[in-house]
Amino acid sequence: MIADTKNNEDKIFEKHRKFCKVNEIVKKYNYEKPNLIAILQAVQEEYRYLPEEIMTYIAMIMEISPASVYGVATFYSQFSLDPKGKYEVKVCDGTACHVRGSMPVYNAIKKKLKLTDGKFTTDDLQFSVETVRCVGACALAPVVLINEKVYSKVTPEAVTMIIDQLLERSGEGE
Amino acid sequence: MTEMVKADLKNEVKNAQEYFENTGMRVLICSGTGCVANGAFDIFKKFRELGADVLYKNEDKKITTVKTGCHGFCEQGVFVAIPDLDVIYVKVKADDVEEIIEKTLKNGEILDKFLYEEPKTGQKFKNSAEIDFYKSQTKLVLNNCGKIDPESIEEYVYSRGYEALEKVLKNSTPEQVCEEVLKSGLRGRGGGGFPTGRKWQFVRANDSDKKYVICNADEGDPGAFMDCGIMEGDPHRLLEGMLIAAYAVGSDEGYIYVRAEYPLAVRRLKIAIQQAENRGFLGNNIFGSDFSFKIKIKEGAGAFVCGEETALIASIEGERGMPMPKPPFPAQSGLFDKPTLINNVETFANVPTVILNGADEYKKYGTETSAGTKTFALTGEVNNTGLIEVPLGTTLREIVYNIGGGLRNNKEFKAVQIGGPSGGCLTRDHLDMPLDYESLTKVGAMVGSGGLVAMNADTCIVEVARFFLQFTQSESCGKCIPCREGTKQMLNILEKIVHGDAALKDLDLLEELAEVVKLGSLCGLGKTAPNPVLSTLKYFRDEYLAHIEGKRCPAGVCEALKIISIDSARCVGCSKCTRTCPVEAISGEIRKPFVIDQEKCIKCGACIPVCPVDAISKN
Repeated sequence: MIADTKNNEDKIFEKHRKFCKVNEIVKKYNYEKPNLIAILQAVQEEYRYLPEEIMTYIAMIMEISPASVYGVATFYSQFSLDPKGKYEVKVCDGTACHVRGSMPVYNAIKKKLKLTDGKFTTDDLQFSVETVRCVGACALAPVVLINEKVYSKVTPEAVTMIIDQLLERSGEGE
Repeated sequence: MTEMVKADLKNEVKNAQEYFENTGMRVLICSGTGCVANGAFDIFKKFRELGADVLYKNEDKKITTVKTGCHGFCEQGVFVAIPDLDVIYVKVKADDVEEIIEKTLKNGEILDKFLYEEPKTGQKFKNSAEIDFYKSQTKLVLNNCGKIDPESIEEYVYSRGYEALEKVLKNSTPEQVCEEVLKSGLRGRGGGGFPTGRKWQFVRANDSDKKYVICNADEGDPGAFMDCGIMEGDPHRLLEGMLIAAYAVGSDEGYIYVRAEYPLAVRRLKIAIQQAENRGFLGNNIFGSDFSFKIKIKEGAGAFVCGEETALIASIEGERGMPMPKPPFPAQSGLFDKPTLINNVETFANVPTVILNGADEYKKYGTETSAGTKTFALTGEVNNTGLIEVPLGTTLREIVYNIGGGLRNNKEFKAVQIGGPSGGCLTRDHLDMPLDYESLTKVGAMVGSGGLVAMNADTCIVEVARFFLQFTQSESCGKCIPCREGTKQMLNILEKIVHGDAALKDLDLLEELAEVVKLGSLCGLGKTAPNPVLSTLKYFRDEYLAHIEGKRCPAGVCEALKIISIDSARCVGCSKCTRTCPVEAISGEIRKPFVIDQEKCIKCGACIPVCPVDAISKN
């Protein structure tokens, strides 16, 4: 019972802390509608995704409808409504990368992380995988970004090794 | 409120000269996105650790390491250039730095192993004047890229930076500037090819208390990174171009809309804006005139359609990036309903050159109707990939064979895809066609933003068309039904074709749908989405037919059309494959060749690695 209350308090505190940060961000952008995209970007930076309750909260304090916040959040591919992994693996699927074999690389990653169709984040929230549009390093195709670090001229074998290394590292961390 | 700084170019040039005299021997380390991925910052750090205090040949000459923008030849990164010794080192790694300092910088010895090697002949070349990749290029816009430190305003000023701005502010009326740009024949480099000077005149002609200038840096074409190269390598040139445009159209506020996928470009632009403000090139009463201008950066959030001007404006206003019908054109009613000029990065970056050298000089490059140069991102199956700049009207052959060094592994040239998902493909028959706005439109392609992806016989053209359509389909904003639903149906048909499930009548339907999507869409995305399909159908119809009628993929790319077979001459009849096959598709007598029942085979490939004599293959 006592533990429960403690737990609840933690939750309330946690939620308050969340909104504190959001307040700061929205205030920094002067509550202005033209800055909505920048606000959502900053919020996503903080939480690694856009939680629904936070979007509603942003709408409330900016005095716009939740629908317009949700509309913007779902329009742009940069925004994610689901939590991302600790390691965000982005496989570039621009033309140059595609022609030089980005899809076999993507499939190898999904296989390695045992992500079946329709699943993009591992259950332990360590890895999430997605294809992204051209990252502008076409001459090094195919490229894979893992948390903004660019790996160039990757092969399915190489990318499996890279993930192995990261798995080891995150294992050590725990 | 803020203290006013009066720009003084003479003084700045003097400072820049002093700055340069003190840098001594410069070691230029390419720090474009490509080279950074290859470890350019590690090299820079290593130089700093080891080399900040070394002296060249024990003379009184200091050495300064400089991070530059893209050299263009990304394939060979990391690039390290030493202009004083007239040498370029390629494929440098952090571990090589010590040797370079000891031998080259301290003793002037040129190290052979770091020189560029021509892949065909094995010959080594010392500098860019000798390397084929550079020899055939004309660099106006990219002139500073790779030569100067993009994070230093002194270096830009030293390369005659902001001279064009001073020239127009002191000597020309806004009308004269518009006129000069129109006369130069400069056309929009974002793809449309609309005369830039005319666009400026339209915005100028609209009376309003407020006007905006927007730089479209939402370079969304997959396979294009020219604007990225300019912003990372020479950001001040873009600012100067925007300033001149703002003066010409009568605007006092500008935005640069950059895609969020270019963090390095955003960082360097922010630095450049800060520096220009500190020096008084941006701000109030620039050069003592009554012209004031400020620039803000807006980061995109990943939506290809925002490259369309009305969608881009909606995005800056914080809305979903959906296009609006034109008219009204942005020149009449754009951002926040005010007259707005939108040009792309490369267009603005051309402006200082136009002004500085004059329209007549600029017109000497390019063709009659397409003046100047164009940057291209040359990628795909050529030997030399990278960022290039050539006069408009250069032939495809020149680009693919001289600059690109031909196709990799001496494979046969099949086609290039030009202009990204809105463009079309060019084949062997077009190798000698001049690349300019008119010629390209005539054959169903377009300059587009300038992505140039080379393909060889191993590339399946139908698969490429499917790839582009999948891209435009997922990027369609959904406003116009023909685009939203039509591209989806087209994609379905293409999926059927690459899976070998299509019938001939599907091809007619595909063409019919393409016309509908083209006609029934509001913005450029929908209007051009069918282009890759139409142009590949035009030039490679037989490949489509091979997929549909013959159920085979001539390039051997499409997974579903591949067949796994056993080479009966090699097979020793060991039956290992039979035991591995999950669907019992393989049968035969021991010690005699086995066969695969194609009806049963699910093409999983499990049998291929178990064969002891490599008799099984997929093709």
